[in-house]
Amino acid sequence: MLTTELQTAAYIAAAVLFILALGGLSNQESAKRAVWFGIVGMFLAVFATIFGPDVKIGLVLITMLVIGAIVGVVVARRVEMTGMPELVAALHSFVGLAAVFIGINSDINPPLLATNAEKIIHEVEVFLGVFIGAITFTGSIIAYGKLSGKLGGKALILPARHLINIVLVGASIALLFMYMNHMGSWTLYLMTILALILGAHLVLAIGGADMPVVVSMLNSYSGWAAAATGFLLGNDLLIVTGALVGSSGAILSYIMCKAMNRKFLSVILGGFGGAKGAAMEVEGEQIAIDADGVAAALEDADNIIIVPGYGMAVAQAQQSVSELTRKLRAKGKNVRFGIHPVAGRLPGHMNVLLAEAKVPYDIVLEMDEINDDFPETDVVIVIGSNDIVNPAAQEDPNSPIAGMPVLEVWKAKQVFVSKRGQGTGYSGIENPLFFKDNTRMFYGDAKKSLDTLLPKIAS
Amino acid sequence: MIVGTPKESFSGEARVAMTPSSAGELHKLGHNCQIESGAGYAAGYPDSAYADAGVKVVASAAELFSSSDIITKVRPPTDVEIRQLNSSKTLISFFYPAQQEEMLNKAVSAGANVIAMDMVPRISRAQKMDALSSMANIAGYRAVIEAGNNFGRFFTGQVTAAGKVQPAKVLIIGAGVAGLAAIGAAQSLGAIVKAFDVRPEVAEQIESMGAEFLFLDFDDQTDGAETGGYAAPSSPEFREKQLALFRAQAPEIDIVITTALIPGRDAPKLWLDDMVKAMKRGSVVVDLAAERGGNCDATVPDQKIVTDNGVTVIGYTDFPSRMATQSSDLYATNIRHMLTDLTPDKDGVIAHNMEDDVIRGATVAHEGKLTFPPPAPKIQAIAKRQPKVVEKTDEEIAAEEAALLKKSGRQQILLLAVGAVLMYFIGQYAPASFMQHFIVFVLSVFVGFQVIWNVSHSLHTPLMAVTNAISGIIIVGALLQLDAPNFIVTLLASISVLIATINIVGGFMVTRRMLQMFQKS
Repeated sequence: MLTTELQTAAYIAAAVLFILALGGLSNQESAKRAVWFGIVGMFLAVFATIFGPDVKIGLVLITMLVIGAIVGVVVARRVEMTGMPELVAALHSFVGLAAVFIGINSDINPPLLATNAEKIIHEVEVFLGVFIGAITFTGSIIAYGKLSGKLGGKALILPARHLINIVLVGASIALLFMYMNHMGSWTLYLMTILALILGAHLVLAIGGADMPVVVSMLNSYSGWAAAATGFLLGNDLLIVTGALVGSSGAILSYIMCKAMNRKFLSVILGGFGGAKGAAMEVEGEQIAIDADGVAAALEDADNIIIVPGYGMAVAQAQQSVSELTRKLRAKGKNVRFGIHPVAGRLPGHMNVLLAEAKVPYDIVLEMDEINDDFPETDVVIVIGSNDIVNPAAQEDPNSPIAGMPVLEVWKAKQVFVSKRGQGTGYSGIENPLFFKDNTRMFYGDAKKSLDTLLPKIAS
Repeated sequence: MIVGTPKESFSGEARVAMTPSSAGELHKLGHNCQIESGAGYAAGYPDSAYADAGVKVVASAAELFSSSDIITKVRPPTDVEIRQLNSSKTLISFFYPAQQEEMLNKAVSAGANVIAMDMVPRISRAQKMDALSSMANIAGYRAVIEAGNNFGRFFTGQVTAAGKVQPAKVLIIGAGVAGLAAIGAAQSLGAIVKAFDVRPEVAEQIESMGAEFLFLDFDDQTDGAETGGYAAPSSPEFREKQLALFRAQAPEIDIVITTALIPGRDAPKLWLDDMVKAMKRGSVVVDLAAERGGNCDATVPDQKIVTDNGVTVIGYTDFPSRMATQSSDLYATNIRHMLTDLTPDKDGVIAHNMEDDVIRGATVAHEGKLTFPPPAPKIQAIAKRQPKVVEKTDEEIAAEEAALLKKSGRQQILLLAVGAVLMYFIGQYAPASFMQHFIVFVLSVFVGFQVIWNVSHSLHTPLMAVTNAISGIIIVGALLQLDAPNFIVTLLASISVLIATINIVGGFMVTRRMLQMFQKS
């Protein structure tokens, strides 16, 4: 059995390790070590709590830990790298749900509190913890549904959606005051239901293209929920960790929004853009090309840039992309990857997929690093991305994505777009790139297209 | 429908509007083809080549005109030819309707449909039928070859055992399709190429071909985009400056190729007599605008002359015809694309769709009505020039930065003030135990902000997975509540422990899996 002092010492160590774990992610090599810091920190924290003065080790506890660990291992082993966004969203919902339960528990079984002020603070903490937890829970479930394709990607725009949000928040605040005046626990339960609705509605109103922001935002919420629980239980480790996660998620959301030139508030409150006037008409035709044509152009090219997008993830084409890269590099061609900050459905999504397929990370470049190189590039292959290579963002002030930084692929000598059909992208915007003179459309499922292309490139 | 091509009646014209291979493509559209005997001979296609491609060879022009529904030609029709047209026939050829008004009226009164290949609008979709461009491309190339033929030295600079050879200096005036083709040809022969155009937006194209753009600093430059991509007449002041620029170049230039044309006008005189006089003996001027009067004062259309000071001035007007095989191939392909658009169903039936921008633009006579000039196309052909960005001076930049710094400083002070007020109120009412936790909270938020800014972009997904795993720390709260007298509390707490464990274990394992995949090449 550990004393309270020893337990606190373990908590301090855990908090430091968590900070190191996050800080270590500044580069790929130190990141591998950093995860171990996190694991050790977590182990310390759980160990110190279980063997601390306040917990009795029982059958229930051990059973739950073992089952949880087994499920966690199985899920983590099974998940495809393309399924990462869904998994992360699903896991967020767990934290939210746990926060709700802990808050309700604290209401049923309140701690002994000396002064009135402490009581009020405690009540606010319970309310806040449950509120954030509930929003995180349903928000994450909806995000999971959208990312896994079980729900449509389109934003659900109810006519009075801002009013609905305001009413839900207002009602929750009113219920908080009723709760503080001891009107009974039902106020807490009613607020929980309202918060669950609010969470679902918030995420439903956000379009598929903004999903990277949503996932990191929910990440942030789950942190704040943990911090609120920490206040509730007077546990500093929870507060520290929750605040770390909360602020990191907030910054990530901010970075994502900046990459898309969107206002953070307008993303969170849902609804796409606020463009004035009609978007530019796109004129011209999309010219198709077959695998032989692409292969011939690749044979002649020296500088090649591949721009992957969500379509590559959907088609599970990263292995074929990797194989193509290997073949082309073996022929002495300069092959690089251009990654847009919001490519895919999760921050850094493409990097992870390419890494899985063993594409060396030093040829995978960010938008800012590679954007100036397009004019000197012979061939650009766009695989399943659309909005992030849309010239309308720069050329058409009325486009819903006007002003968003994009990869300027159209400046290359030739662009091949691998795409399933003539439809528009996730955000539903027409892409003038497909109509440009130096663009050829390579229709078909990304994986199948690449697999027909591969044998045509002599090794 | 029967597509027929007569022998060009214009003397010296070697091109032909149908080749055996274009005929093959026309068959695929469901058309039958016929050709006048000997029409392709000068372009390198004997009658037997056509016969092999399934084309019916017809003995005389009269027979061909009477039996064809669609007549494709290169040169504008002659009087004799136009008289053989009637309301059931469509003529596709160069026509120059603005200059050939009389001929156009005759075609209208005959009721024939006339598609002028020179009127195809300059939009992306119509590029494949833009015969002016394909002919200009050939002319530009041929101009360089003709110049080289009459120039007594190498194009490329060499250092040989027998002495050093200076590279030829070539000046191209007018960077349209012909000008750019000439730049490319001269460049690849090794010459030093300079080029000039009144449209500043083509500077980029000139430089992309490897030539030096002669820059003329003048405020009132017109935007080529407003005139459909062609040059517009310039003001007298501009012209003076332009000529001064050329005059300065003349003594050192070996070869001048002028391609300056303004739609619907005589060619502007740009290379004046004094410039020709200033040139070195043996220099060459090729005037691609000779047909419209020429850009050079000394030009005699259709002839090559040598001036008193030994400068050769070439005024040929038939450059494409001098490369008849190549130009016939390209022209026949342009015609074939036009017919593809006219035969949308590939069933050999012509659908003359006057709603189509390209077909409407090129059609100058339709069903007995005059349809020239066409209405403006619905879409802008070329993007408008971006307004010039005014370069900022260093002081301005410094001032802006200072202002920005001041602004951010003010914002920061404001934020701190608001924070201080908030802190005051919290300190006023909250109990001591809360304040202690609050310190920890605020500091942690700051640490979080500082740490995350440094995370590399490519690691954002692992970052989310790891923060997700760490947020499973909520398990500590659940553990503390597990041992409660109330059954519901125990139940909820144990569920919380379960799902938080899943979160922790799953989150860390996934993160490790991801990070292991990152590897250097």
